[in-house]
Amino acid sequence: MTTEVAPKVPSDTAQIGRSLPRKDAAEKLRGEVEYVGDMTVPGMLHGKVLRSPLPHAAIVHIDVDEALALPGVVAVLTGADLLDGDPYWGHAIKDRPIVAIDKVRHVGEPVAAVAAVDEATAEAAVRAIVVEYDELPVVGTIEEALADGAPAIHDEVIRPGLFHGLKLDQRREGNVCYRYALDTGDVDAIFAAADIVVEGDYEFPGVYQYAMETHTVVADASADGITVWSTCQHPFLVRAEIADLFGLPLSRVRVIVPYLGGGFGSKSYTKMEPVTVALARKAGRPVRIQNRVDESMATTRRHGARFHMRTAADKDGRLLARDVDIAFDTGAYADNGPRVVATGGDAAPGPYRWSGVRVRAACVHTNTAPSGSYRAFGASHLQWAGELQVDEVGRRAGVDALEMRRRNLARPGEVVREGGKPLDADLIGDIEKAAAALGWDTPTPSGHGRGLSVGLLAAGAHPVSSAVVRLEADGEAIVLVGSTEMGQGQRTAFAQIAAETLSMSTERVRCMGTDTQFTPYDRSTGASRSTTLAGMAVHRAAGEVRADLLEIARSIWPDAGDELELRDGAAWYGGESRTYPQLVAKRFGLSGGQLIGEGDVHPAGTGSYAEGPVFWEVCVAAAEVSLDRETGAVTVEKTATVADVGKAINPQLVERQDEGATMQGIGNALFEEMSFQDGLLLNDNLLEYRIPSMEDLPIESSCIIVENGDGPGPFGAKGCGEGAFAGVIGAIATAVADAGVPVNALPLTPERIWRAIQEKPQEGVAL
Amino acid sequence: MRIEPRLNGVPTPLEVEPQELLLDVLRDKVGLTGAKRSCDVQVCGTCTVLVDGRPVSACTYLAVETDGHDVLTIEGMRDTPEHDRIAAAFTSHAAVQCGFCTPAMVLTIHALREADELGDEDVVRRELAGNLCRCTGYRAILEAVTDLQRTEATS
Repeated sequence: MTTEVAPKVPSDTAQIGRSLPRKDAAEKLRGEVEYVGDMTVPGMLHGKVLRSPLPHAAIVHIDVDEALALPGVVAVLTGADLLDGDPYWGHAIKDRPIVAIDKVRHVGEPVAAVAAVDEATAEAAVRAIVVEYDELPVVGTIEEALADGAPAIHDEVIRPGLFHGLKLDQRREGNVCYRYALDTGDVDAIFAAADIVVEGDYEFPGVYQYAMETHTVVADASADGITVWSTCQHPFLVRAEIADLFGLPLSRVRVIVPYLGGGFGSKSYTKMEPVTVALARKAGRPVRIQNRVDESMATTRRHGARFHMRTAADKDGRLLARDVDIAFDTGAYADNGPRVVATGGDAAPGPYRWSGVRVRAACVHTNTAPSGSYRAFGASHLQWAGELQVDEVGRRAGVDALEMRRRNLARPGEVVREGGKPLDADLIGDIEKAAAALGWDTPTPSGHGRGLSVGLLAAGAHPVSSAVVRLEADGEAIVLVGSTEMGQGQRTAFAQIAAETLSMSTERVRCMGTDTQFTPYDRSTGASRSTTLAGMAVHRAAGEVRADLLEIARSIWPDAGDELELRDGAAWYGGESRTYPQLVAKRFGLSGGQLIGEGDVHPAGTGSYAEGPVFWEVCVAAAEVSLDRETGAVTVEKTATVADVGKAINPQLVERQDEGATMQGIGNALFEEMSFQDGLLLNDNLLEYRIPSMEDLPIESSCIIVENGDGPGPFGAKGCGEGAFAGVIGAIATAVADAGVPVNALPLTPERIWRAIQEKPQEGVAL
Repeated sequence: MRIEPRLNGVPTPLEVEPQELLLDVLRDKVGLTGAKRSCDVQVCGTCTVLVDGRPVSACTYLAVETDGHDVLTIEGMRDTPEHDRIAAAFTSHAAVQCGFCTPAMVLTIHALREADELGDEDVVRRELAGNLCRCTGYRAILEAVTDLQRTEATS
């Protein structure tokens, strides 16, 4: 993909690079936005799911008679209804039944579903279903899953899903469903000869994304096809999976996505759509299923991980080699586990000038909730530990943390993954800016610690996006693009991109939600890809309309040549102008008609993961913490993050992305953790699973926008919004270590910090 | 049971079950969907409505308790000058992202302002801790509210 030359636009009418107000602000502030859970369709029933109370059990018998007999109950769906087709789904591995068949593999797995006239009746019917289980041995942790003779959670062969994008073996190795590896240099020889070796075992917790809007789906199945209104981030991938699952052509499955109440990865790929569609088919009427929080926690979550990491360096603090062995807990079903494992593997070395790298990463099943995407996955899991080790090398070599990074970080154009895209960002410049924002050169206050964190995230996913831009007869433009607005502000950004390209006001451009029946294909909304890829498709589509406008204008002024100019919604030549409505009318000879432009983005090569990524998203942050040594409580005083975005289409929205990611990073670093015991989630509610509130906001946090014009997106832009998450976790962990308490497990709860202080009361303790 | 709250200023007779929650009645019976369902345990605040001017979590508030009382939802507030003031501050700070928590946030701020309970930044942080937002990281919301308070204090 190449960056196209921006059309010449006078700066006073620039539509990009300006913090224009969000186009959806008014309707959201007025409470007028309709989310899926606010929708009703004629004849709609309410669905509830019976979920497994056990982590691992064979289903002996299900009795639905009493449930069916309740007044108001229309249909009950069980595994017995699914035996005439292939009821397994999963975009990476087809391992997940629509509802459980023969056995359950995690607490909260759908076992049956009821459609009734209202939610209370559906709930009563769910309680009336009697299931007889035969309990099986529980694999509750990664260690139990990898132990010799561990019970196999899956014994079927691996069937790749439609969108795995990775080389998958058919055979399982016990409870491991996928492995990823990186190898460069003679790692063993480097470690044997190294002056400094830092080594440790690390733990990262399972985490709940908590999009405040839980997974919600309305499905309608008729002879004509299936229509789904869904809280999904990737409408076209859901469409494909539903079409595949129910044996329909793509054109007979329609996925409609309004605004989402947050996503953060929790709504990527298919989630509650299959069971809702199956229930609607059985009921013969539209059905809505809305998860409660505990159900969403059982639907998808962030992987927990355990890993061993070691770093070799010479006596001057020059980093030489890194060796990492990681196991990710993907729960009972693969979900996006293979991708998370590969991205985590890529992030494990960190963007340094290594002579040798060895990474072994495994995707491991346990009898817990399936794990999938959550903002900055992979980098969030690994970067903090790698950065702790870089700092420890620095402490032993007598080199300051910032200087360690100056000496060792990869430079633009250097290889960061063999065969992949070379580094496309100035990491040293980025971390210097973050450090400066923290006042790195000033003395650290007593009881405080400061930390830096640098990493990379393979961003962009698969580079396939398309868009249509229509210029209407009245001069208003409509952007059709299949990227999901879940709060990030992309409808505003797309409108700005189209307006800039068309030399008109953003106020006159509208961007709509997705209806796969009418909206052109977009691969997905995630991996920080929308502005870069969908944005480029919008730019190209608008460029076609622009070309049309110029062509019409030239027919009016044949001698205009290069002096023809589009500005502020009109064509100008020699002091004369024609508005866009006049140009559209000129083409069509009467009022009406519209100019239509199409644009797309597709891979330059094969589009394979190995050739990627589309761009490397930087994960750069600095943090200052204070530590209460009596209680172990950590307070984040200051943070600084770097949004290295090439070109900020809307600087304010870029800052908001980093601020949101920062706060989620603080939660993940300090207190968020799903506590599983023998497969049972102990804190399946927001009382016991705490997320950050306004009281957790640091006194000061700054977002530094870096615009080097080096992105592959429109106007040199590249994505953001995830990197800060991984960066902040790392900066907090290194800051706490700087305060004298290096800890190898997250979250950094008061108890964990307090225990670390009691066990190792001296400062500067080795990892 | 028959109840008659003054819903957004209009006496509204409703037939409800004793155990019915205000959130369900508003959303499913009356069709007012501005109050959202999320945590169900009175933590997230996204179901906030005002009863006699005070914020309550409609997810854990019995509908029958509103009999004879004032209930204000975003639908009843959005055409007021006060809404315009809060909305302008939120818009200029881009303090709205997915929007799911936003109506509740606006109602809570409105109630606190009416009761003159929004003071300096520390007070805002404490008083708004009952309205969670997963998108913004709160910085923009805090700035919008403090900006609004400051502007009005000086005008």
